[in-house]
Amino acid sequence: MRVVRVALLAVASLFLSACGYNTLQVQDETVKSAWSEVVNQYQRRADLIPNLVNTVKGFAAQEQAVLVGVTEARAKATQIQVNADDPESLKQFQAAQGEVSSALSRLMVVVERYPELKSDQNFRDLQAQLEGTENRITVARNRYIQAVQDFNVTVRRFPTNLTAMIFGYKVKPNFTVENEAAIARPPTVDFSTPAPAPQAAPEPAPAPAGN
Amino acid sequence: MIPRLAAAARAAAALLLFAVPAVHAQELVPVPPLTSPVTDVAGIFTPDQSAALDAKLRAFEQAKGSQVAVLVVPTTQPEEIEQYAIRVAEAWQLGREGVDDGALLLVATQDRRVRIEVGYGLEGVLPDAIANRIIDADIVPRFRSGDFHGGIATGVDRMLRVIEGEALPEPERRSPAEGVPGLFQSLPFLFVLALVGGSILRRMFGRVGGAFATGGTVGFLTWLLVGILGLALGAGIVAFIFALLGGIGGGGSGSGGWYSRRHGGGWGHPGGFGGGFGGGSGGFGGGWSGGGGGFGGGGASGSW
Repeated sequence: MRVVRVALLAVASLFLSACGYNTLQVQDETVKSAWSEVVNQYQRRADLIPNLVNTVKGFAAQEQAVLVGVTEARAKATQIQVNADDPESLKQFQAAQGEVSSALSRLMVVVERYPELKSDQNFRDLQAQLEGTENRITVARNRYIQAVQDFNVTVRRFPTNLTAMIFGYKVKPNFTVENEAAIARPPTVDFSTPAPAPQAAPEPAPAPAGN
Repeated sequence: MIPRLAAAARAAAALLLFAVPAVHAQELVPVPPLTSPVTDVAGIFTPDQSAALDAKLRAFEQAKGSQVAVLVVPTTQPEEIEQYAIRVAEAWQLGREGVDDGALLLVATQDRRVRIEVGYGLEGVLPDAIANRIIDADIVPRFRSGDFHGGIATGVDRMLRVIEGEALPEPERRSPAEGVPGLFQSLPFLFVLALVGGSILRRMFGRVGGAFATGGTVGFLTWLLVGILGLALGAGIVAFIFALLGGIGGGGSGSGGWYSRRHGGGWGHPGGFGGGFGGGSGGFGGGWSGGGGGFGGGGASGSW
């Protein structure tokens, strides 16, 4: 009896390697660390915003609506407790971060009207940091998308799908294409959003006299 | 029966679907192979300028350990310079593995775009804001007046000076990679399996049959874990002989002695498989390759 049991164990260990159990473990961890990086970079952006808002306020205090919009979008996004395995939660997270992105792009449109602000070294540094962070977000999201794709393929394809079924691994939700387009876009000029004040031309030359 | 067949067909179709790599609708600009710190696809440097910059970057790597590379392409379209830069960074893997101290200065002459891509390990000393200042103050003004070489040389100088201030690990020749990856992890497992499984299988199938079974199992497992057929065959034969002779000898200590002796003879050549594994992190004169550094999209872009 003992002999059979040990033999069965040996055979089982063989199947665990053959049926992708280890692959599932590795890919699951890859997805997790890629997701941490995504959250990390969004957090980095959230940390930049107060400083950015304060700097803009120093030159363009009358742009209250836009500034409040950014602050509120940030507050809403940082409140969300996201669970990446839950499609609904991931959707909410994406939507909230998308709000931040569009609020930031409105802010950057407004900034175009203040040449003094644009030439302020502190603001330029912050702008560079924001752009860098947006790029890091894009990279982190792409890597996450790739990691989830690899994992999902393992979960779905034969014969590893049997192993995944036995151990309760399910297909993970991924960032969707629409949201990809909405979020991955860096906060550049976006004239489709309604702004409270009439839009100034992107050329800095005929800027209205700001206080 | 029919639904099951349909399901099997679906599974096969899904398999095929996933097996086909994603095809990009529009042809992307290929990443040139990394053979030297300066890669001038657009052809804006004279040979002298290129050689001087090349020598400077190689010397910097020898002294500091950090890899800085320059890439000049005509265009990165249809991609943005940021997307192309991260593809290049991922392909070239500038910087040392674990230290991630690589940086890339990328210029797209027709797009009039420039980017400094910074590896994880240099993000502290060369943050986005500093990269942006280098682009704004040193590179873009010279590019505007048509002086590509001057802009790139000055930008590289500034980058090197900034990196110089960072305390990085001492440069050293990387030791060649360890033999077969995964072999040493799975060795104890295989050893125990051969020991326990061998005696069980011998009892179940008799001496010769058990030895065959042990050899087959060990060989198959080795193949699964290490993925090298020749090595797996060797391991299987060793296990077979061991199980066979273990049966004759009878005594546990006797078979143990046989195994380890055989084991030493049959397995002790990991170096034979290790040759040509992983490139060196560069040397004088010869080729130049990345050291395995990681990038996460840090840096700054500019246009002129």
